[in-house]
Amino acid sequence: MVFFQNLINALQWGSFYALIALGYSMVYSILMLFNFAHGDIFMVGAYIGFGVATALVALTAMGNFALPGWLVLALTILISMFLTSFVGMFVERVGYRPLRDAPRASAAITGLMIGIILETGNLILLGAQRISFPSLIETSTYQLGGVVVTNKKIMIVLVSIALSFALHQFIRRTRWGMAMRAMAFDYAVVPLMGVPLNRIAALTFAIGSGLAAVAGILFGVAYPVLDPYMGILVGWKAFVAAILGGRGSVVGATLAGFLLGFIEMFVPMVFPSTFRDLIAYSIILLILVFRPHGFFGEPYSARLRL
Amino acid sequence: MLLSVENLRVSYGSIKALHGLNFQIDEGEIVCIIGANGAGKSTTLKAISRLVPVEEGTRISFAGTDLLKHPADKVVSKLGISHVPEGRRLFENLTVTENLMLATFARKDRRQIQLDFNRVFSIFPRLEERQDQKSGTLSGGEQQMLAVGRAYMSGRKVMLLDEPSMGLAPLLMMSMFNALKDINREGTTILLVEQNARLALQFAGRGYVLQNGNLVLEGPSAGLLENPEVKKAYLGG
Repeated sequence: MVFFQNLINALQWGSFYALIALGYSMVYSILMLFNFAHGDIFMVGAYIGFGVATALVALTAMGNFALPGWLVLALTILISMFLTSFVGMFVERVGYRPLRDAPRASAAITGLMIGIILETGNLILLGAQRISFPSLIETSTYQLGGVVVTNKKIMIVLVSIALSFALHQFIRRTRWGMAMRAMAFDYAVVPLMGVPLNRIAALTFAIGSGLAAVAGILFGVAYPVLDPYMGILVGWKAFVAAILGGRGSVVGATLAGFLLGFIEMFVPMVFPSTFRDLIAYSIILLILVFRPHGFFGEPYSARLRL
Repeated sequence: MLLSVENLRVSYGSIKALHGLNFQIDEGEIVCIIGANGAGKSTTLKAISRLVPVEEGTRISFAGTDLLKHPADKVVSKLGISHVPEGRRLFENLTVTENLMLATFARKDRRQIQLDFNRVFSIFPRLEERQDQKSGTLSGGEQQMLAVGRAYMSGRKVMLLDEPSMGLAPLLMMSMFNALKDINREGTTILLVEQNARLALQFAGRGYVLQNGNLVLEGPSAGLLENPEVKKAYLGG
């Protein structure tokens, strides 16, 4: 019973990691760049979600009409994805594009700085107090042979799997996705195909940020307390999942996200819970020793630069 | 005059690669630039394709318009200048068909794209046989066919070819150049750079000789083939 209970929780945490890891992995694959501000974009997405949800609730109260909670949540997710994608595109345009050909360390440092700017900017804007995410849907609890499952957990897992499936299809089947795969292999010659490189880069940041926003909102639904530093640890863990999954691999990032959730939930079954992250990440380190490029991952040209 | 290059200067950091080249190409011509390794041949093509920045004072015009106001992807999709890069640079993680399709990214003429697909497959039947194969698994000759096919799909007013003979066995080389002749006869202007000077001059109508970033000789291919300096430096005596 404890096992299945942990499994449910592992799936939920895995969903957050997977959704954030996808953005890390895609940006890394097309631009050879770790966007270390991505965890903070998750945080910004959660706050934008808070703003959108609050506005929608106020709107329905003002107009004196009732919308079902799940519809408000769905609208919150869609609008926040859209808005947060612009945050991602802005970060790419201002922070990373000028450094496209600079040493990779410069881009990494820039990412860390942008992260700090987003955190402290939020602090100035909204103050240090934590805010609580509006409760849009009622929690209903189901007992399945002693295992407690809530509708929220089921929704979180389904949404994250559906989105990662959609992204996989997008990358495999559309010409935009094809351009992304080509960029992952050898971005310098992509313009010779008549493909506007900057627009693909912007699109990739937009998609990654949109998915991070979904993760932020789902996180807010599960743990309704937001603070400006909420993205740091979750972001780093998702980064680990991205590396573990393999560069640019949607399937890899998703599976690795879930794997991370599992390891984190099951380690405390055996060891004291204060050892959780120590042991969990030692295991991951060990996996990376044997598979340094992760599980899957797009191959890339030995001559990524022209 | 279709393509006119004036005072083309390119530097990599403090190293000057091209010292002010001047050359012109008329519509329908095949022109080659020959020269040793490191003379600046690839850089010349990359400058036209806008892959490397040119210096102040450089002028490149295409069909009477300023080429330098376009970014790299528009040089291909708007002006129709395609580029087969040195070493082919295929997307080895994509299939043959996907490589060809990617080259049509900016095109909207669905009907013509289908016709172009058919034409590429009729020029290079091997590619049709291998259409669902990852391009990284093709042989060297097939990869070169795909590189040319990809350029054909992306834009066809001018084709810039960087060392298309590299790594090809003599027989394959001949059939590749025959295919390029066919493409030229259908209206594509070709600018070719080659280390294999004899081959290039046999294929092209006119040639330029590039030496340490300067064009030192030019003329009809027949003349260059007979030129004592060219013979000594590039044709093995």
